[in-house]
Amino acid sequence: MTTTPAPTSSWARARHLWGLRWRMMRRNWSEFAHQMRKHPLAIIAAVVILLYILAAIFAPAITVHDPTRGSLRTRFEPPFWMEGGSTEFLLGTDDQGRDILTRIIYGARVSLLVGVIAVGVSVLVGLTLGALAGFYRGRFDTIVSRAADLLLAFPFLIFAIGVMAFLGPGFGNLILALTFKGWVEFFRLVRGEMMAEKTKEYVEAARVSGMGKVAIITREILPNIMQAVFVLATLRMGYMIIMEASLSFLGLGIQPPTPAWGSMVASGRDYLLTAWWVSTFPGLAIVGLVLAINLFGEGLRDVLDPRLKIE
Amino acid sequence: MRAIKVLERILATIPIMFGVAIMVFIFMRLTPGDPVDIMMGAGGAVGAGEIEQLRAEFHLDEPIHIQLWYFLRDAARGDLGNSYIKKRPTMELIAERLPATIELALGALFFALIIAFPIGILSAVKQNSWLDRFSMAGAFLGISMPAFWLGIVLILIFSVKLRWLPVQGRISYDVNLQEITGLYVVDSILTRNWPALKDALRHLILPSIALGAAVAAIVARVLRSSMLETLRADYVTLARAKGAPEHRVVLRHALRNALIPTVTVIGLQVGVLLGGNMIVETVFGWPGLGRLVVDAIFNRDFPLVQASVMVYAFTFVIANLIVDILYTYLNPKITL
Amino acid sequence: MTQEPLLELRNLTTVFPTRRGEVRAVESVNLSLAPGEVLGLVGESGCGKSTVLLSIMRLIRRPGHIAEGEIRFQGRDLRALSEGEMRRVRGREIAMIFQDPLSTLNPAFRVGDQIRESLRLHHIVDGRWPWPLDMGARRREKERVIQLMEEVGIPSPDARYKAYPHEFSGGMQQRALIAIALACEPRLILADEPTTALDVTIQAQILDLMKRINERRGTGIILVTHDLGVAAEFCHRIAVMYAGRIVEMGSVDEVIESPQHPYTQGLLDCIPRLGRERQPLSPIPGNVPDLATLPPGCSFAPRCPLARPVCESGPIPMVRLARDRRSRCLRHVDFAREQGWTWGTEYEISNQ
Repeated sequence: MTTTPAPTSSWARARHLWGLRWRMMRRNWSEFAHQMRKHPLAIIAAVVILLYILAAIFAPAITVHDPTRGSLRTRFEPPFWMEGGSTEFLLGTDDQGRDILTRIIYGARVSLLVGVIAVGVSVLVGLTLGALAGFYRGRFDTIVSRAADLLLAFPFLIFAIGVMAFLGPGFGNLILALTFKGWVEFFRLVRGEMMAEKTKEYVEAARVSGMGKVAIITREILPNIMQAVFVLATLRMGYMIIMEASLSFLGLGIQPPTPAWGSMVASGRDYLLTAWWVSTFPGLAIVGLVLAINLFGEGLRDVLDPRLKIE
Repeated sequence: MRAIKVLERILATIPIMFGVAIMVFIFMRLTPGDPVDIMMGAGGAVGAGEIEQLRAEFHLDEPIHIQLWYFLRDAARGDLGNSYIKKRPTMELIAERLPATIELALGALFFALIIAFPIGILSAVKQNSWLDRFSMAGAFLGISMPAFWLGIVLILIFSVKLRWLPVQGRISYDVNLQEITGLYVVDSILTRNWPALKDALRHLILPSIALGAAVAAIVARVLRSSMLETLRADYVTLARAKGAPEHRVVLRHALRNALIPTVTVIGLQVGVLLGGNMIVETVFGWPGLGRLVVDAIFNRDFPLVQASVMVYAFTFVIANLIVDILYTYLNPKITL
Repeated sequence: MTQEPLLELRNLTTVFPTRRGEVRAVESVNLSLAPGEVLGLVGESGCGKSTVLLSIMRLIRRPGHIAEGEIRFQGRDLRALSEGEMRRVRGREIAMIFQDPLSTLNPAFRVGDQIRESLRLHHIVDGRWPWPLDMGARRREKERVIQLMEEVGIPSPDARYKAYPHEFSGGMQQRALIAIALACEPRLILADEPTTALDVTIQAQILDLMKRINERRGTGIILVTHDLGVAAEFCHRIAVMYAGRIVEMGSVDEVIESPQHPYTQGLLDCIPRLGRERQPLSPIPGNVPDLATLPPGCSFAPRCPLARPVCESGPIPMVRLARDRRSRCLRHVDFAREQGWTWGTEYEISNQ
């Protein structure tokens, strides 16, 4: 490798440093891509996830139907391959005559948004608290760890249902209910890793060289933990999406007429004998997305977390 | 020695239970409007004097820490207040529904283990075989499938299309059964009521599968990976070198050690069983605690919700306690 | 030798298919062991000596397998036995002792029960009733276990019977493993580095114990070790292995005093000795070769101080120099040619 002499002016030096970082990132990325190639299923899963995301973003451009308004004339149209079905409603219509495919495509917005935000907030809270608790220990650690233990005494869904019961339905409350307990796993992962990393030589070296504590945490230790956090976040995403769907299924999550997969399945429950497709297809959409996310997360774990700290 | 450790572990759950109660209390206070207002909304108009009287009865006129004290004291006595709607002690209502929920949870657990154990063991013994690949793909699907959708698909296939199994409920209306424990399968065996047993089991199958599938998938995966590890252990080679037949090597030497991590995971799955039963009870019209809670939420019957959440949390804590104790007996190295 | 050998390996070859090709971990090994004899199998780690033992037990893990050869034990070819018959040989007639006692004892079971399992698997203690019902047989089994524990030097065996492996010290664990091996009074014990994981003082005790067992019961022992010193102290005969093949064999005195193969010579030079502190140790240069990519000729040639270009051109036959003295070196082949020796048996050049 050729080394350019380190420039002296501060601007040039900053540019030099960023250049180094950029090259590091490029190398890491190509290494990562190379590793991922050994997991073809994970790549297929990534493509499927991308398709869901694209469908959610460009929903209005993909379908011609209105996701919330139907027509009594078109109630319970079967899917196109069945007798009486038409290509206008590929997967049939529901009890209010709305196109199911359209509602599934719009429903992806809710699932993805809830999944991403709930996991994102959980990561943010868990990472911050975990890093602080694991690094500083002391009374702060004791208090947060006790709170985490306490939250672990509730089964996830029960807790979320309880919170939704008291707060009432709605998007914000849904996120709150999911993250209220969701952060605990990230907290435990980061705290444990933090305590393990803290004793390693490179941290000692940074300390000796006069680096501040915050800088040690954010610039030295966290980059080493982030991969594990990222893997856990992916694996939790699918779970969060199922939880959201379950709450919506019970009528405690996203409220009609906003299309959400869980409530769509629930709405078809009364018509199982006559119109099986109303419940079946939205559920299939959930399975497809969650399966893809889990497969991708599993591949990611094999590549990024070979020591298997997670699960 | 071990008895003392088990006792310690039991005592350690007491602060957790306390914490759970306090947390539920706090949530109760966070809800908009005080209980009497909500009660009025549910029960109809009453005079202002009566409202004051009710406030005093619920200790709402006293400071919050006094209220907490009353709440904890009553909770410790098993008194979690009265249902707004049904005007009966919540614990009575819960006790009526609990057997159905327990029956479903046990049914699901039974289904999950009876599937997960053979699959987990065989997949590990025949690693990379078609059986292994097929089972692990199935396990992946099981983890990615919401219970409510699986329940509906099962109903569509086995009840609607094939007409093999009933759609809803615990038992048919025309079947008479004398209740003893409240678990219909147990009761029908105790009273030697074979038609009722058959009927109760037919009702139990689909909900148990819907609730137990995810647990089966997770347990099978964990058991497989632990078995893969223990099957490579030196003590397994020693067992073979002693002349032990292969089934003994696998089922005794390898499985016994693989059980240690598996039991922990099964303990965590009790949470899935408890949470999932609300969903599955809704899908299958199963008259259990889950249905009661969901109805209570829509009726804004907060004491009932609060009491049920506490019962769920306590059940979970106790289930984990049992698993921990079991664990100490499985793993001689354990120091709790 | 007039006596029929207890164990005889003929042309034993064990292979492991890998992604980079077939690894021949054991290649054409010929060995024989007289009843009551102690044979040391010496070599660096990875030279295939443990694989020889596992091959004898037929416990090679799939996809590895024995490709060729005969394993004659008391006149029977073990390779021809069915799996069920082989199970009755394992533990009953041939027992094995492993390297790491802690990971070899099952952590979930009591030590006493693990010793007893050997008795039960081979119905050593007869009972009148099916096993779980026959309290008399159970009691006699337990007595026998305690007797065994006493014999291998586990103090207060009554109390230790109920202990778990992690409650034992390393030396005690190895004694328990030896008790397991002794339980059915086998004719042959295969010991795979039994002292490597132990402290030096404990090593001596364990070797002493094994020596007593050999002398008192006449049990044949194959001791696998990388430590020539241990082998010299304990064995009657020594076979030196390198890269899957036996390169030299002979009685202890001959091999230690006048090593014939350059590899044995190199091994001996690596051992620090009292009284010779001032001489520098001379390590063997280079590394153990990769078994997947062995050269066609002598596999030691790349590290051998005496190597010539011809050494690597083709396989080197074993040369039988004296009645019980063999070496696999081109120098000896040349010597044999000069003497006009021919192929004595199927696998070696000799003067008979």
